[in-house]
Amino acid sequence: MKIASRFLTRPDTTGTVRLTVDGAPFTARAGDTVAAALLAVSGDAFRQTGKGAPRAAYCMMGVCFDCLIEVDGQPNSQGCMTQVRDGMVLRRQHGLRRLSGDEDRA
Amino acid sequence: MPEVDLAIIGAGPAGMAAAAAAAGGGARVLILDEQPRAGGQIYRNLGAGDDARAYLGPDYFAGRALIAALDGAGIRAEFGATVWRVEPGGRVVWSQGGKSHMATARHVLLAGGAQERPTPFPGWTLPGVMPAGAAQILMKTSGLLPRDAVLAGCGPLLYLIAAQLIEAGAPPRALVETQTPAAMLGAMRHLPGAFAAFPMLFKGVRLIARIVAAGVARHTGASGFNASPTGDGGIVFSFRTGRRAHQLQTPLLLTHQGVVPSTHISRAAGVAHEWNAAQQAFQPKTDDWGATDVNGIHVAGDGAGIGGAEAAQAAGRLAAFDILYRLGRWSADARNQRAAADRAALRRAWAIRPFLDCAYAPAPEILAPEGDTIVCRCEEITAAQIRQSYAEGAIGPRQVKTATRAGMGHCQGRMCDLTTRGILASCGAAPAAPRARSPIKPVTLGELAALAAHQETSS
Repeated sequence: MKIASRFLTRPDTTGTVRLTVDGAPFTARAGDTVAAALLAVSGDAFRQTGKGAPRAAYCMMGVCFDCLIEVDGQPNSQGCMTQVRDGMVLRRQHGLRRLSGDEDRA
Repeated sequence: MPEVDLAIIGAGPAGMAAAAAAAGGGARVLILDEQPRAGGQIYRNLGAGDDARAYLGPDYFAGRALIAALDGAGIRAEFGATVWRVEPGGRVVWSQGGKSHMATARHVLLAGGAQERPTPFPGWTLPGVMPAGAAQILMKTSGLLPRDAVLAGCGPLLYLIAAQLIEAGAPPRALVETQTPAAMLGAMRHLPGAFAAFPMLFKGVRLIARIVAAGVARHTGASGFNASPTGDGGIVFSFRTGRRAHQLQTPLLLTHQGVVPSTHISRAAGVAHEWNAAQQAFQPKTDDWGATDVNGIHVAGDGAGIGGAEAAQAAGRLAAFDILYRLGRWSADARNQRAAADRAALRRAWAIRPFLDCAYAPAPEILAPEGDTIVCRCEEITAAQIRQSYAEGAIGPRQVKTATRAGMGHCQGRMCDLTTRGILASCGAAPAAPRARSPIKPVTLGELAALAAHQETSS
């Protein structure tokens, strides 16, 4: 989480759900999506494309699939369509996924 | 034997109004929505009962009654339900919690609403560039407020979001609009026709006055959009007004060029579509009741052509009335009489569209970009690659898709189809009919296999 969040969080939205992204712990508000929770704490990319370009959540309504992220071991999950849960483990993706879910580094 | 009389896909203003009207007429209704709760994008998260966000304004909170009405008798509502197939004959298939489910309905109403028009320009794929509507969704669902944002593009939504940000104490750094004074002047001829929608026009004027009073820098007639990253993750946004070059630095560039109907579901259901030249988008062909050329399928709301939330509610009810008639529950006379109020509401809401469509037409450089601008975000295909494929004989969107992979990614062309068509049109290609095939959202092979196994054991 090197880049500061591009959003201000209203004081009425304190986080109570604890999760991690690439091993780093952070908190989110119950009822939030994974994408909203990440955008609230960091301005970093969610993933890198097959060509290595950084991408973050974009449409926030399940249309564009730019927010793809690994959720509890499930790759290519739509961050903007997935609700946060206590203990959730997120991993940012680098490059394309294989069918097995592993990174395609070929 | 159909399990329900009516399956409604989409719980926004059109779907919710239709559900209440159909159930009120005695129909058994199933309503499905991809989001965790009812409301659509316009009333997104309103059902969560968070009153702390008065800055979103009274139009947002006006959706409460529609949402409450879904609790009525005769309505089964399923959320987190992504419909990926609608068959003629009324079978609807959806994915929910990692499993696929099916139901058969005597009638299907598609009320999938709209999506923001893709706004391709150099740098629009960078983290820190988002659609303005996406930022508004974050305001509604999570109380996140864009920090020192620049709003860029055109359309009434930009004014609403700017005013909401000012109200919330997080005013945008600047408002950069692409519409030209000439377009505005051209739109004036539609003003007399828009008189029926005077309250809506007045609302717009008040929003602009609020933005000006707050001292937000405003540029109009802007073009040549370009975003590049700064060392610390920010965005340098450059554009021109006339011969003047501008540069603004911001953590978050929010773009908007209007909204377009979400048509993947109606396309895949086999419904005929037509090109709406004023709105620069495809829409399903419907009659006055929202009925399509596919027996048993109606479409209502923004998914049938952009008209806004009030038009969507009226259209949703009109479709429900027609379906009650077709179910044999209402006579044609009863249907026609009940329709009068909603027909009038629809006329009022539609009155302002010719003015808005003309004044805030999407910028030409967005419709048919050039050079290294990425068109297909999923497969990272540029405008130049699409133009090259046309030069090499790819005469339509299908051929471009085969040649370049543009439109073959996860989003199934939702973010590039209109742009690919815009580029082809600018090259002189003949228009091609829109297509889509189910599954219209990605489904795992495991989920499909489980569904097939279930069908075998139950048949």
